[in-house]
Amino acid sequence: MSENENLPAQDGPDHSLVPSPTQSDQEIAPGLPAHVWRPTDVDPKAEKRAERQVAGLFVFSMICAVLFVVVYFSFEIGREIDTFLGFGASNLFLGLTLGGSLLGIGVGIIQWARKLMTDVEIAELRHPAASSEDDRATTLKALSDGLEESGIGRRPLIRNTLLGALAFSGIPLIVALRDLGPRNMSHERLESTFWMSGMYVVRDVLGTRINKADLQIGDLVNAEPEGLVPNSEGHLPAPIGPDGQELRPALPHEELLIQKTKSAIILLRMSPNDIVRNPDRENWDVDGIVCYSKICTHVGCPIALNEQQTHHLLCPCHQSTFDLADSGKVIFGPAGHSLPQMHLAEDDEGFLYAMNDFDEPVGPSYWERG
Amino acid sequence: MSTTSKVASTNGTSAAGGAKPSKVGAGANWADERLGLAALGKKNLRKVFPDHWSFMLGEIALWSFVVLLLTGVFLTFWFNPSMTEIEYQGSYAPLRGSYISEAFNSSLHISFDVRGGLLLRQMHHWAAHLFIGAMLIHMMRVFLTGAYRKPRELNWVIGVLLLTLGTLEGFTGYSLPDDLLSGTGVRAADGFVKSIPVIGTYGSFLLFGDEFPGHSIIPRLYIIHVLLIPALLLGLIAAHMLLLVYHKHTQWPGPGRTEKNVVGFPMLPVYAAKAGGFFFIVFGVTALMGGVMTINPIWMYGPYDPTKVTAGSQPDWYMGWPDGLLRIIPGWTELSFWGVTFALPVFLTVIMVPTLIIILLILLPFIENWISGDKREHHLLQRPRDTPARTGVMAALVTFYGLALIAGGNDIIAIRLDLSINQITYFLRGAIFLGPILAFWIAKRWCISLQRHAREQALHGYETGIIERSPEGAFSERHLPLPAGKQYVITQREPDSMPVVEAQYDENGVRKPGGRLDGLRGRLAKWYFADNVQPPTAAELEEAHHHHGGHDDHAIESSSHDDAAISGSSKH
Repeated sequence: MSENENLPAQDGPDHSLVPSPTQSDQEIAPGLPAHVWRPTDVDPKAEKRAERQVAGLFVFSMICAVLFVVVYFSFEIGREIDTFLGFGASNLFLGLTLGGSLLGIGVGIIQWARKLMTDVEIAELRHPAASSEDDRATTLKALSDGLEESGIGRRPLIRNTLLGALAFSGIPLIVALRDLGPRNMSHERLESTFWMSGMYVVRDVLGTRINKADLQIGDLVNAEPEGLVPNSEGHLPAPIGPDGQELRPALPHEELLIQKTKSAIILLRMSPNDIVRNPDRENWDVDGIVCYSKICTHVGCPIALNEQQTHHLLCPCHQSTFDLADSGKVIFGPAGHSLPQMHLAEDDEGFLYAMNDFDEPVGPSYWERG
Repeated sequence: MSTTSKVASTNGTSAAGGAKPSKVGAGANWADERLGLAALGKKNLRKVFPDHWSFMLGEIALWSFVVLLLTGVFLTFWFNPSMTEIEYQGSYAPLRGSYISEAFNSSLHISFDVRGGLLLRQMHHWAAHLFIGAMLIHMMRVFLTGAYRKPRELNWVIGVLLLTLGTLEGFTGYSLPDDLLSGTGVRAADGFVKSIPVIGTYGSFLLFGDEFPGHSIIPRLYIIHVLLIPALLLGLIAAHMLLLVYHKHTQWPGPGRTEKNVVGFPMLPVYAAKAGGFFFIVFGVTALMGGVMTINPIWMYGPYDPTKVTAGSQPDWYMGWPDGLLRIIPGWTELSFWGVTFALPVFLTVIMVPTLIIILLILLPFIENWISGDKREHHLLQRPRDTPARTGVMAALVTFYGLALIAGGNDIIAIRLDLSINQITYFLRGAIFLGPILAFWIAKRWCISLQRHAREQALHGYETGIIERSPEGAFSERHLPLPAGKQYVITQREPDSMPVVEAQYDENGVRKPGGRLDGLRGRLAKWYFADNVQPPTAAELEEAHHHHGGHDDHAIESSSHDDAAISGSSKH
């Protein structure tokens, strides 16, 4: 084979897989097969028919384009999103007509190419990807001449200081990205939530405080701290503690999402006997009502799927499963640590409030979490 | 007689006259005097492209990218990438009155109040699926046929970068509407960034401009999605195409097709027509999909709320495989000591493994080349069966990908098939390691068996199914020689040549510098080539022909197979 001059050295007699790797190509290589004429090449009728097909497709395309405009102006959109076969009429017919007009062109052109354009295959010679030896020599000479004339090789002082300057000039560009993040960029902000001692637990939509009497065994409630649910006027109220003290000023609205992300909790009432009593969490429940962070410790999805009989809580994103009867331990899935539990307390009337903020960061793990 | 047609009425019946320049000629002249295009056109207008259905896969990717640009520009006219909250007052009644971000509001506006808006939005999303899917399958085609070999290694590298960037582009795109599903994805992305050792926390603050979710992520994703990545994609696609033209397309071996030529149809008119027409087909199919197939119904998911989530939350399928790995890794891999946390369940699966796989993909042509030591250019494609180990590697990668993707849908599978999600997960934890090994082995042996079959057919002809009875009463099946073209495809294949590996040790039994590497290379070459069945040589063909004397009949009971086993392992 003619490329064999480029083969890896074949001189060692024992390395080749086949005793004689050369096989006579020319002997068995047939040339290009004879051309087969298409019906449209030999039959004028077939040719005319193909011509009409192609033109017909182009006409179909034009009709569809016009219909698109008709549909655009004549169909209502908006309210009716499933008038026709479960689709919005406008969307469906706009799609069909646009598709029709484009496909008419596409299929038409390809039909033209397949039936009427010449279909004789032709051959072209390939050339090696590399340039010719002459070109290479000339280029190398030009390169070395240029380098020589610049004197970059002879003046290492200039060369090295230039390299240094180029490297240093990249630093401002990178440093300038610093303010993409806030000034007070610190992992400590991940360690606390909106919760604090004496903050009432409220329903996440209505914003009303939750009385333990409202919860039956098996009930699961999504909740937030008071102060993160807007009141009827749309303002965030300042949270008030059990002794009537304002715990902290009302939160500015812009910070709501950040705080809500960390502070969402779930309350679950189970039979007090079901709870595995952990020595340092002896009385964290109120009559069997336990309170956990709603944010999965894996990558931070809100956990939502409760298995009532087992008290298992499953994250719908990656299926980490936590045992709410046993300090939120991971019993399945990719989460690396337990769901943070909140120490819950009740006031004189039985309304639930937080004894403290969570004693560990909520949400996904990060380097400084420890 | 014309060479183009026997009828030739539409292909011009008279030769073009030289006297009066046509209008096309005058226009070309005007342009050439200013741009000098003739030199370029001379080389390229009639450039030959070989024909095969599998060469169309890359074209689907290219055209769906164009569709993405067109539909994307349309969407930017209405989309407002802002996280400012406003009250929804649009047409979709169930959400009216709720407070949602400008981004979600404008996405709803496009879907319900801009005529054709939903169509274009759905076309954009479908085209993104097509783009990435086509790139993935195109890459498999290139790998399985050895099209990435010299001189095309760099185009392979560009291709891997395109696939990676395309995936990121998809992620940044589907995160923009700020609906509950996409917000959940961004929330998970925050967890991914936070899992990076040492710099993760700072990375998260930098990315989100504040503590998650901040107020900047949507505008930032937007500019990455509409400017940064598309510009890179465009540049890389241009380079990909230029290299394709420069190298000329690979072709399948066949009669008249060699390493030295390229046989096919000229660019003008056939390929210009076919490729141009195909653009309209891809565009049209996308329009039909946008019209009849609902995708990403954000109004059903509702606005993003960090305290809410939908059961069965799934990323788009191309992000599914890292998500699957993320689901099946056990949580005990998270390590905490010396006051720091290695969030390995996350870092390993969505950052390390994908990065390593991208690096592996980039290196594949260079690794194979290092093993084979082949320095030549290759323009003829190889049939996957003729490179059993390479096909095995692809089978292993596909199996890994497939199992990870299944893991990414483990909740859906559990619900639909009424299986235990825990059992599925336990199974996949093992299968993700064993499956690829098994797939490699099966694919490799399968290829070798196909090679053996091809070799036998080349030597003894194919089985006709015609049973003959000889005067002595013996039954035999008539074999006929393969058609010349098929025979040639088998016999033209060049036998594998085992690379020459230097001895690791010198004559004194001391390991040479670099000897350990040479030893590794020798073992890899053995693993890569040694079991392959070689095509028959001319001498063997001659021998077989002579031996059968034209009566290529095989006795039914004891057919004699003679294999060109090149090592003990392929004897049977």
